Amino acid sequence: MSENMFRWEADGDGIVTLTMDDPTASANTMSAKWGEDFAETLQRLEAEKDSITGVVLTSAKKTFFAGGNLDDLVKYTQADAQKVFDQSQEIKGLLRRLETLGKPVVAAINGAALGGGLEIALACHHRIALDAKGSKIGLPEVTLGLLPGGGGVVRVVRLLGLADGLMNVLLQGQQRNPRAALEAGLVHEVVDSPEELLSTAKQWVKDNPEAVQPWDVKGYKIPGGTPSTPKFAANLPAFPANLRKQLKNAPMPAPYLIMDAAVEGSQVDIDNAGKIESRYFAELACGQVSTNMTRAFFFDLQAINKGASRPDGYEKHTARKVVVLGAGMMGAGIAYSCAMAGLEVVLKDVSQENADKGKAYSQKILEKAVSRGKSTQEKADEVLARITPTADASAASGADLVIEAVFESPDLKKQVFGEILPHLAPDAVLGSNTSTLPITGLAEGVDRPEDFVGLHFFSPVDKMPLLEIIKGEKTSDATLAKAIDIALQIKKTPIVVSDSRGFFTSRVIGTFINEAVAMLGEGAAPSSIEQAGSQAGYPAPPLQLMDELTLTLPQHIREETRKGVEAAGGTWVGHPSDAIVDRMVELGRKGRSSGAGFYEYDESGKRTRLWPGLSGEFGAAQGDLPFEDMQERMLFAEALETVKCFDEGVLHTIADANIGSIMGIGFPAWTGGVAQYIDGYPGGLPGFVERARILAKAYGDRFAPPASLVDKAEKGQSLRGE
Amino acid sequence: MTEAYIYDALRTPRGRGKATGSLHATKPVSLVVGLIDELRKRNPSLDQDKIEDVVLGCVSPIGDQGGDIAKTAAIAAGLPDHVGGVQLNRFCASGLEAVNQAGQRVRSGFEDLIVAGGVESMSRVPMASDGGAWAMDPETNFKTSFVPQGIGADLIATLEGFSREDVDAYALESQTRAAKSWADGAFERSIVPVVDRNGLVVLDHDEHVRETTMEGLSGLKPSFAGIGEMGGFDAVALQKYHWVESINHVHHPGNSSGIVDGAALVLLGTEEAGQQNGLTPRARIVATAVSGADPTIMLTGPTPACEKVLAKAGMTVDDIDLLEINEAFAAVPMKLMKDLGFPHERTNVAGGAIALGHPLGATGAMLVGTMVDELERRDLRRAIVTLCIGGGMGVATIIERV
Repeated sequence: MSENMFRWEADGDGIVTLTMDDPTASANTMSAKWGEDFAETLQRLEAEKDSITGVVLTSAKKTFFAGGNLDDLVKYTQADAQKVFDQSQEIKGLLRRLETLGKPVVAAINGAALGGGLEIALACHHRIALDAKGSKIGLPEVTLGLLPGGGGVVRVVRLLGLADGLMNVLLQGQQRNPRAALEAGLVHEVVDSPEELLSTAKQWVKDNPEAVQPWDVKGYKIPGGTPSTPKFAANLPAFPANLRKQLKNAPMPAPYLIMDAAVEGSQVDIDNAGKIESRYFAELACGQVSTNMTRAFFFDLQAINKGASRPDGYEKHTARKVVVLGAGMMGAGIAYSCAMAGLEVVLKDVSQENADKGKAYSQKILEKAVSRGKSTQEKADEVLARITPTADASAASGADLVIEAVFESPDLKKQVFGEILPHLAPDAVLGSNTSTLPITGLAEGVDRPEDFVGLHFFSPVDKMPLLEIIKGEKTSDATLAKAIDIALQIKKTPIVVSDSRGFFTSRVIGTFINEAVAMLGEGAAPSSIEQAGSQAGYPAPPLQLMDELTLTLPQHIREETRKGVEAAGGTWVGHPSDAIVDRMVELGRKGRSSGAGFYEYDESGKRTRLWPGLSGEFGAAQGDLPFEDMQERMLFAEALETVKCFDEGVLHTIADANIGSIMGIGFPAWTGGVAQYIDGYPGGLPGFVERARILAKAYGDRFAPPASLVDKAEKGQSLRGE
Repeated sequence: MTEAYIYDALRTPRGRGKATGSLHATKPVSLVVGLIDELRKRNPSLDQDKIEDVVLGCVSPIGDQGGDIAKTAAIAAGLPDHVGGVQLNRFCASGLEAVNQAGQRVRSGFEDLIVAGGVESMSRVPMASDGGAWAMDPETNFKTSFVPQGIGADLIATLEGFSREDVDAYALESQTRAAKSWADGAFERSIVPVVDRNGLVVLDHDEHVRETTMEGLSGLKPSFAGIGEMGGFDAVALQKYHWVESINHVHHPGNSSGIVDGAALVLLGTEEAGQQNGLTPRARIVATAVSGADPTIMLTGPTPACEKVLAKAGMTVDDIDLLEINEAFAAVPMKLMKDLGFPHERTNVAGGAIALGHPLGATGAMLVGTMVDELERRDLRRAIVTLCIGGGMGVATIIERV
């Protein structure tokens, strides 16, 4: 048997310091070993109780405790429900023994305490957090489609009350630094040094020999009341309704089940509340959505941020000076992101005035951050000083990176690169922020196409985390490796795709919008289309999104694509949405920027309502579309296009598809991304293929499953290849 | 076939359902006891030993109204020990449900003479104070797309295209008819003034009725726009009714039923029981039905309930002279008239709950009494009584004057 991971050190005052230090991992998690060792340690505490003054629980790792074991959690299916319930109950039993030991127990939170880590700390009588850099405290389970199943729901409700516990901790899974956690009431004290951490903890033990949890004190009442308190009860019916309003009825069970567990648990004693929590936890842990979300937001994201697609054998690259060509909205945002990451930025436009305007964008964001206390004036000044707005190409002297963000015209792009190239470092990375133009073609405009790469940012750049890196035919592995390093340097999440019209993201999102627009022509109520999108989990309803993007953009892209296809000798196949978009443009309803689109807008540009003329204009073929079909047509259109991207070699990894679709183009988070949606569909890949065939029969051949998918389904494989 | 006859129908006046209302200081049990006393007084030949049960509707059966108020009132009124009492709850139709169940028990031949009715002192036991999983349990609330009734009423108006002017005009007519009914003495036969222990009159008229104008109504603020937005309920309703872009909030206190206190009783029995007790039948229960529709919009149940009760009776709307539909919200009777193709002239002829008030558990029994009175006053034959109900239900009853 291996050594107990709870190191036991008793001092002269009879205070036992338990230091968690899992010898098999870099962080402590709720592994089987943790459970066994914790049980053994509790037994000893109970046996030697009379000689113990109290307990300080801490960790030898950089973090306090990392939480549940996601490798296991991601695999659970309905068949594991009993096991998951039992495990959850067992952990609760251990934590309950700790808090009812009869001696004061202090959590000395030396680093991050997320999920299970905070749950352990909540079972201690007192929580002291070290203000360590990067330390985060919270219960982020909901963001993985789970709930805190180690007593987190039960204790947060008893600590903070139902309303505050749900809103501030449980439903959004906020991760706070130690000072913010103090303010939120999750910890009792914050200290500045590790020494102080232990001494303060021990002092508290000495000062509070009779410590018990608030909920174990006779007469304890949950703060703010419960359903049996009239004042609280009056607002209770609106709790689920407001949650539903916020989540737009997307199929994300975790927030609802957290609310259920919290409210139901508030009506019974702590042990029964724990049982209720365990049952809801088992349902979520064994369900598909938590698998989807854990795969995407933990495993896929981790792989990408570790540079999974980065070619081996190249030294880590750090960019020093970047030239951003074009100071419009995208260029200004890119300049800001680069300056924030410490790069020297030259923001170049045709006139000094334009360039200045681009820099003003950064100033505005920084001023806001300072006014909200999220940054200091000093830091803001520092960032701003890094950005040099100019109309002079020679300011680019010695730059090792160019990011071009001018109008989408191959000729113009060629011209601006030509102008800047002579001033750059000889091996500078040549990046283009085009969202649709093939990179291979653009690379022909420069004399070193191997250094040319697509760097497709998303708008607004300062908020959108994704960077779609596009490999042209001639892009070298060295350049690709540098591009990935640069992405991580400026804190973006990079996915890597090969060159094709629209790459991955623009191409796939187009199918979603097209599908929604096509339904108008089939007689669907415009509001049903928007609701279908929202209830499928899309962050923006499709017609609204189309208005934001402007209708002439897809029209233009379609025309370009048609020319491209025909030039290559192919046959162009139109989409049922084409005629509707064309008619809208003809009517002058080109989207929000034109003051009218699928929606009406007032003088200030505020969206007022769907244009009532829509049904008269397009609803001729009145038909009742099943709502589920409407939702799935959007999801399937994107999923099937993604499969084609794999088939054509545009996409290379499942992680890129999943993360790219969620972070770049708003594919619903509950699906775990567009590839995981296929694997996680009821019935798995065969179920997806069958459903695609039914949709194809009802709505057109564009839903026919590609041969590669049918082949995998027949072989019993998943898209992920498991 | 045994028939279920209505021998008498009584009600208290309806007091405003707040602390300033005249009945606020009167206990709900006293409202019922007062009516039982009057029932005995008006029917001196009634042998109270023959009464088998007291069936009362009550929607918030807690506190003053808890613990089986029907049996409590029976004991307090000095009815013989063998007379039972049972309280039931079918939300807003409880009073009609009590009459229907009594009618069914009589017509089945199992029992002979039953007192049915209902009571609700909304000023003393506020609406929804009994909680319940539907609204209060988040899991149930979410799973069933719960929204408060007013949101459903506004959604009905939106779907049916009833404008604010339309519903206000309906409300004005209700007030006009109620005032006329009082002026004409239409309620004389049923109304039993509430008196105190000294016999002093506490209330002898419906005090919710008020002089109303379209201008006055148009100035009232919508009641449910706030909770629709802030409470998230509009979003919940629209997620289900996804083809509707937004809800037109048209209902307000002036075109919705009034919150009031009151009670009502109906005496039902077989032909033989009537003869033995020297009672004259006034009407018979032809058919009863319970049905339902979507619980989220909640208030569209009367249409399927009326269709069902007509089918059970082998009748069509052409066989019906008067329609009495509880005016929970103006859009409810408006929709039913539209669905059934029934004229407003013969619907809620005496005015409805918008003017008179809706004492939840008692209303259904009050409406039965109103229809018996009106059929006699107008020398007509048949009426349907129906109410929309929480949970989407609808109950309907056809009565026929004999």
